[in-house]
Formats: sequence, C-alpha cells, structure tokens
Amino acid sequence: MRGSSPGNNARPVLIFWIIAGWAGLVLLPWYGVEDFWTFEWLFDGYPQDSDYAPLIFLAGQGEKPWLAPMLLPMLAAPFALRLPKNSSAYAKILIGSGAFGLAWLIAQGFGIGLRGWNYGWLEALFGALDDRQFGMGYGAMLLATAFLFLLTQGIAARGAINGDVFVVSSIGFVIAIVAAFVFFPIVRMLTAAFITDDGGYSAAVFFAKFFETRLWSLGCLTGGNRCGVAWNSFFLAVLVGLLTTVLGLVFALIVTRSGFRHKRLLRALTVLPIITPPFVIGLALILLFGLSGSVTVFVSDLFGIQPTRWVYGMPGVLIAQLLAFTPIAFLVLIGVVESVSPSMEEAAQTLRANRWQVFRTVSLPLMRPGLANAFLLGFIESMADFGNPLVLGGNFDVLSTEIFFAIVGAQYDQGRAAVLAIVLLGFTLSAFYAQRAWLGKKSYTTVTGKGDAGIHPNMPGGLAIPVYLMGAFWALFTVIIYAMILYGSVVELWGVNNTLTFKHYVTAFSVRFEDAGIRWTGSAWNSFWTTVQIAAIAAPLTAAVGLITAYLLTRQNFAGKNSFEFGTMLSFAIPGTVIGVSYILAFNVPPIEITGTGIILVVSFIFRNMPVGIRAGIASMSQLDKSLDESSLTLGANSAQTFRQIILPLMRPAILAALVYSFVRAMTAISAVIFLVSAEYDMATSYIIGRVENNDYGLAIAYSTTLIFVMLLAIALLQLVVGRTEIGRRMENST
Amino acid sequence: MRIKTTAATVGLLTILMGSTAYAADKLTYYCSAQEDWCQLMANGFQDATGIKVNMTRKSSGETFAQVKAEGSNPKGDVWWGGTGDPHLQAAEEGLTEAYVTPMRGELQDWALSQAKSAGDRTIGIYSGALGYGYNTELLAKNNLPEPSCWKDLLKAEYKGHVQMANPNSSGTAYTTLATIVQLFGEDEGFEFMKGLHKNINQYTKSGSAPIKAAARGESTIGIVFMHDAVKQAAAGFPIKVVAPCEGTGYEIGSMSIIKGARNAESAQKFYDWALSADAQALALKVNAFQVPSNKSAPTSDKAPDLASIKLIDYDFAKYGSSDERKRLLKKWDDEVSTLPQ
Repeated sequence: MRGSSPGNNARPVLIFWIIAGWAGLVLLPWYGVEDFWTFEWLFDGYPQDSDYAPLIFLAGQGEKPWLAPMLLPMLAAPFALRLPKNSSAYAKILIGSGAFGLAWLIAQGFGIGLRGWNYGWLEALFGALDDRQFGMGYGAMLLATAFLFLLTQGIAARGAINGDVFVVSSIGFVIAIVAAFVFFPIVRMLTAAFITDDGGYSAAVFFAKFFETRLWSLGCLTGGNRCGVAWNSFFLAVLVGLLTTVLGLVFALIVTRSGFRHKRLLRALTVLPIITPPFVIGLALILLFGLSGSVTVFVSDLFGIQPTRWVYGMPGVLIAQLLAFTPIAFLVLIGVVESVSPSMEEAAQTLRANRWQVFRTVSLPLMRPGLANAFLLGFIESMADFGNPLVLGGNFDVLSTEIFFAIVGAQYDQGRAAVLAIVLLGFTLSAFYAQRAWLGKKSYTTVTGKGDAGIHPNMPGGLAIPVYLMGAFWALFTVIIYAMILYGSVVELWGVNNTLTFKHYVTAFSVRFEDAGIRWTGSAWNSFWTTVQIAAIAAPLTAAVGLITAYLLTRQNFAGKNSFEFGTMLSFAIPGTVIGVSYILAFNVPPIEITGTGIILVVSFIFRNMPVGIRAGIASMSQLDKSLDESSLTLGANSAQTFRQIILPLMRPAILAALVYSFVRAMTAISAVIFLVSAEYDMATSYIIGRVENNDYGLAIAYSTTLIFVMLLAIALLQLVVGRTEIGRRMENST
Repeated sequence: MRIKTTAATVGLLTILMGSTAYAADKLTYYCSAQEDWCQLMANGFQDATGIKVNMTRKSSGETFAQVKAEGSNPKGDVWWGGTGDPHLQAAEEGLTEAYVTPMRGELQDWALSQAKSAGDRTIGIYSGALGYGYNTELLAKNNLPEPSCWKDLLKAEYKGHVQMANPNSSGTAYTTLATIVQLFGEDEGFEFMKGLHKNINQYTKSGSAPIKAAARGESTIGIVFMHDAVKQAAAGFPIKVVAPCEGTGYEIGSMSIIKGARNAESAQKFYDWALSADAQALALKVNAFQVPSNKSAPTSDKAPDLASIKLIDYDFAKYGSSDERKRLLKKWDDEVSTLPQ
C-alpha cells in the first residue's frame, strides 16, 4: 500500500490492486468453498463447476447473471493508469469504479439469497427469480478489497488528507471491517427484536418483550420475591464496580505509598484474572463454600450451624466477580496513583499539612478520574460476565446468562434474546459513554513522561491499618482460591474421595508413542490445539488492526475522527453474549456465511479484543514525539514508510502487549465463543463447560490449570523477550 | 502411445476422483447425549464404516436451536440423542427429513410409535423413566423421612431441599411438568407444581444438574430421569433412586436426519447403524443406563426396569407439540415461578 513517489508515473499500488481485483474475478472461486485449504476443489470440476467457478466463468456460462456487471468497473479501472495523477478524470475513474463495484457487490449479496430474492418488494419489482446463491468466498473477498482500495485511492487523488493514499486507505479499510463485523451484526440483531412469530416486523412485539415484568420488576425492593433480570444485573454491576474500586485502591496504595517490600509479587497477582479460564473461580467457591464445601462443613461442625446454600445467587456471583475483576481496577488505579505528582504532595507537606490532610485534600481528589474509570470498568465487566453467574447464579438470573438461555432454551426465542441483548447493550453503552463524556481526555493526560523527582509520602497511619488488613485478607483469600484450584485438579473426587491422583490430567492430556509418531489420545487435545491455533491466528491480526487504528487516531486528523474513534472502541462495550447472538443472526446466511468455521471465531476475537490493541497503541504512540514523524516526512519518506520504519520499531512493547493480551483472551473467552463453536472447531472453554455440566469437576479444573500454566509460560517467554519494566507498563496501558 | 496416455490420464483421474470421493465421505453429527457416549458413538461409527465423523455435543434444546437457526442452510447431517420432544418439534417444523429404516423389525414398539407420531421424521433410540433421587447422607443428617411418591415432595419438611430444572430451559423439566399434568389433571397438576415450588431451592438450567448437585451434597433431592440418578449412584455417590408410587412419565431419546443434509447418504448409514444391537450395546461402556430400543441389545442390571415401573400413557404427540408446550410453559411462568418461596 505504499504511495507512489511524486514525479514518477509508475503506480505500483494501483497496479497491484487492479491485478488483485482481476485475480478475484478470474482465478478464485466466487462462492464460499467448504474445506478451501485442502484444495480438493481444484480437482473437482474447477473452474467450470458453478460451486467452484470464478466470477468470469459464471458470467461466461450465463449463470448468475446479476454478477456480470461487476466486470465493468474492473474493465474501467486500468484506464486510470494512463492519466496523470492530478487530473480530475483519474480520480473520477477510480472513485466511480470503486464505488459502483462495492455498491453492486453489496446490493446483490443482500438482494439475492438462498431462496432467490430476499425481499418481497424485489420480487414484486423484477418478478420471480428461479435461482439462488450461497455465501461469498475468497474471490468475492479479494474483489471487494480491490474495489475498496480503488475507491480510497480515488478519494486520495482528489486531495483528501493531503492526497495521502496510505492514510486514506487505512481509514477506509478500518471503517469497512468495523462496519461489516461490528455494526452489521448489531443492526441484524436489532431488527431480530422486532420479528413476529410469522416472520413479519412489528414494534408491538418488541415492546411486549421489552416491558416484561421478568425484566424490570422491582419486587425485591418492595418485599416481593424477585427483581427483574435487568435490575439484578444493574445492582450487581454497581456493587462490583464500587467494591473492586475500593479494593483496587487499597492495593494501589499499598504498592505506591507504603514500605511494603514484595510489590513485585502483588503485581504478579494481577496477571491471574487475565489468564484464568472462566468457571474455575466459581467451581473453587462451590468446593469451599457450597452446602457440602470444605469450609461450610468445617464451620457447621464447629459451631453446630445448619449449613445453607448462601453461595448460590447474588453473594456467590459477587465474590467471584470481585476476585476476578479487582486486579483490573488495581491496574487502572496504580497508574493513576503513581502519576499523582509527588511534588504537589510535597508542597502540601511543606505547607504544614499533616499526612492525612495531604491524602484527603491533595492525593485523593487527583485520583478522582482514575476512580471513576475503575468503577465503570468494573461495571462493564460485571455486566458482561457470563461464566460466574452460570456456575453460581442459582435463582439469581442476570442478563448475560438469560440471553444465552433464551437462545438455547426449550422456548427458543431469538427475539427475546435480541431484546435482552439490547437492554444489556444499553447499560454497557451508557457506562461507556459516561466514561468518555465525563472523564474525557483527562485520564490520558495523567500519563506523561515528565520527570518528577519527588517521592510519594506514605499513607497516614489511620488509613494504613485498615488498608493493610483489607489487602492482606483479600490477597490471602485469592491465594487460597488458587491453591484450591491446583489441589482440586489432583484429587480423585473432591469432597467424596480425596486421594491424590493425576487421573484427570491423564484423561485430558495423555499421549501415546507409536511407530507413526505421537498419538494425542487425551480427550482434551482436540479442543486444546484448536484453541491454540485460533488464538495464534487471531493475535497478530488483532494487534495489526488495533495499531493501525491507534496510528490513525493519534497521528492523523480527518473529518469525523470522533465518530471513527467511538466506532472502533465500541466493541469494548459490547458484551460477548451480545456478540455471539448477533454473529449467529448475521453470519449464518449469505452474503457472509461463516458460522461453523474457524473464521468466525477468529473474527469475533479480533473485534472483541481490538480496543485493547488500540489503547495500547494510543498510549505508547502518545509517548513518541511527533517531531520524529515530521523529520521522517520532511526527509522525503511517505506516511507508509514512516509508519513502518519509524513508529513500528519504537512501539515494540505496545505490539507485544496487544499480541499477548489478544492471545490470552482468545484462550479464555467463553461468552461469545459458546455460540460460535462447531463440530470441527471446539474451543477449550466450551469443552470445559461441557465437563462442568457433566459433574466432572476434576477434569474441568485440571484442564483449566493446564491452561493457566500454558498462558503463564507464554507471558514469561514474552517477558524474557521484552524485559520486565516494559511489560509492567504494558499492563497499565492494556486496560 | 496416445491410448496409453489416455489410459493413464483416465487412471489418474479415477484415482483422483476416488480419493476425493473417499475424502468427501463424512458426517456432521449433532449429539445431545452425554459427552463420553457421544464420543463413543462417533468413534464406533467411524471404525465401522470409515466415514469421518465431526461431532458437536450440545443439549437437546441447544441443538434444536442450532438446527432451527441453520434451517435455511443446514450444516448438520444427523442429530442423535436427547429427549424426544425437541425432535418432535423439529419434525413438526419441517426441520428434519422422513426416513424409513430397514432396521424397524428389530425395534421396540415405543420406538416405532415415536416414529409414527412424527411422520417418520424421528425414531426412538432409547427410553428412560422420570423419577427422582436423593442424597442418603444429607437426608439422614437432616432427619428427613424417605420420600417414595410425587406427593411426598410437597411435605413442608423438604423446604429448600428439592431441586429441579427450569422447564423453560430443560427438556427434562418440561417432561416433569407434562407428566404431572397428565398424572393429576391440569388444575390439580398446577396446584402440585405450586406446592413443589415452595420446597424448591433452585431451578437449574440443565436437566440433569439437580441430581449432580444432590450427588455432590449441594442439595438433597433432585427430580431427574432415573437413569441419570442411577449413573451418579454407580459413580460412587450416595444416591438412592426413587420411582414415584403414583406412576411416572418417560422420555424417548430420539434420532433425526436433518432436512437438506449435505451428507444425506452418510446420515442414513449412521441412522441404520445406530439402531443396531451392536451400536446400542456401547451405552453400557459409558454407564448410560437408558433402555435401548433394539430388542436384542443388552441391558444393565443396574438400569431401572421399565416393566416394573408404573408408567403413564404419555401423550407425546400432544405434549410434544410446540403450541401445547408454549401454553404450559407460559402458564407455569405466570402462575408458578412468580410465587414467593
């Protein structure tokens, strides 16, 4: 995508995309081919067979006549090569062919589906169509990409962003993929909420489902038996947000404002929730505090109290979420607490304020944006959490699990799932919006690279004691939980038969050495390798998309930048269950038909984790002085070269951060995954939930423990490569 | 020379065609029974026929949802296992294909009547009766009497000790609801459900979760299919299985071929194979204690003997239809689940 240098009439970028477009027309199968990468289709009637034929063969045989007009723009585009770049005809040809091609491709994709015309009015207009088409394949994908870049080159030639082809193309590319994989599914889901039983659309259906008492009843406040699902989720999320913020602040204060020695250990603990598969915390809590849990039995024997099922429901979910999300609040707050300038605090001290006054009137107010940020993150995470309520919820239903059971339940109601998803999305988006509107850019400006020679004062004594107590209690609790997880994976049958055994590891991960090589006989290998493979494919793509977007956001100015930023960060606020439902609704039918493939998993991970890549990129790019780019540009490099040769090398830590984070998240994600796994692509987390369902806690915990160690290993390896301090900063940025 | 070349080309092509044909022989298999049984069936079929099997295991409700979602563009070929209602519902909605197997002569009557009520779009592969199981240790610890009938479960001393699945999310629990309605009549049946509601400590999402919770000591009594309870007992948990004295309903685990299956031929092969005595004998290897539909398939002595249990005349056609299901579930939602406990 390098722009051509001025004065030279060669246009490698344009030539490349014209050739690519023609390759999409002539070489690659137009429609999706099952098992594409086995290349069996090459020997199975290619290129004539209409299942595998490229567009030009279809057109030549007179099949699918609606595809043929897409040849026109590709015939027109080469004429631009003869024209000078600054002529208006050059821009017109490129914009015309790109825009027409894209528009036609999209229109025919949506207009004609599996049963002919997709919409009644099309049939009324053109008459019945005795033909149909399946989902688009690689040929269509390549051609669509070519159209897109022809269009962006045309727009650049008209002078947008100083005629910078690289920047315009990047913007166009990011907009296109976000539109296709974030907005399109969400819109599909929104419309699904209005579909009636007989396939029509009606607002009444939506409102009937939306105003259901099961959703909004406030019975629990007025002494009734239960509150609506929406309120359950909301109250829980507020509590989790508040408590994780308090606990996160406690740890941040201990690390920065006390004589505590083992700070590094505390920081290491923060990695845990990121690498912990869902359910394990919930399972450990059941095994400790359930009706027959170790702690419950011990306490009831000691004091003669009748054991209860208190852990199932709100209390259990709350505790599990606190364990899981406190470190996230800590990560946010430690950056803020550290960046409160010690000079200010020292100034206050020299003005004879005592330590308590300094803390209350100087330090704490300066931390306010960080506190709000931590609260909102906790709120969003709690709303989106799926694994913990699933295991511990009892009769306490929350939105994320209700969505799942609306889809999979015996009542199978996509409309209800869509309505619930809309409510959930409403909550998280409001929080996301509040975070941005209210805190604005404040949170970024606290992270400056300015040298500040002062030292943070210690906490006032009155505060230090409760802080230490809380910190110690919580750290001990976390350690116990994880120790229990390890222990649970090596006992025969926890609570019934506590003999030590490696049985579960053997069942899951046994291998046999045969003449032909290693045979992976363990029951978990299949899902394990799939998970590693999918995560390894998704990670670099996530990092690439995230960093390019970050570059556009920090280094370029263009019209609509704010909405561009909002759009790209949006998927952070979309809970995984919502992504799962919307992907099922959007990508099970043509034009983009990818359910049941590995591609849909990769795509869902890219867009789930992209905001993290963006944030890491923004944070580290804002530390690079812009004069570096400017000198590169004045020395004659174009923006693509500058990005590749100046900015990328300086951003190694951010790149690695995005890589590690997206790899690890892809291994532990469950909420979206559970909707998208298929026979061939089963993921580790969905395998684990199957074991949990089957009362096979030993195997589930053993598998989870293995995953934890695999991910620790991955992180440790990367730490060796990048070095410790940079990893430390990465973690701050990555939230 | 020319003939030779042609012959060689034809030979090569045949090999290529042959190999592609061989590679194309595969089966996408949706399984709604327990994981290890599903796996065993997949491997067993692969060994018996050489057809490559791709398996997904999901509960019957989830699988039904998936088959329905994929309706306009099916990805699966055959759907094996899980309670019969979702299979009947799929048949009713035209999501599955009618098929008359040559194996019919070897099957039990109830398996065939299942096929009959769905216009041959599904068939019975195993059956199991509804009941409940309790944790003997917890029962003794809490000094509770041993229950033996459905109505025993209404006693006040069991408050907070009974668990069942939510009929909205579980086929098992819907079977329970339908059984109670057929056993006591609709009005008295709903009174029963209301009384039971007072004693329920949790409505689980999954059908067999209540007995698993009871096995682990997280609850005392779980209303489930008896073979699920037997399985927990066989795994070493202190579970006693009860066949309620008033009589009880049952499920017929079913199998259907998905309409528009991409590998329809493999699907039929699987269908025939899964009804054979050999294939059904595999159940014992994984402690699945359901009653097999093939008359000559072996049964376990641990399995509940359907002949000795008082079975009601369960009306699968009526209670499997989606209208009746929706009506009963709505009534349960409105009248039972909203009551205070």
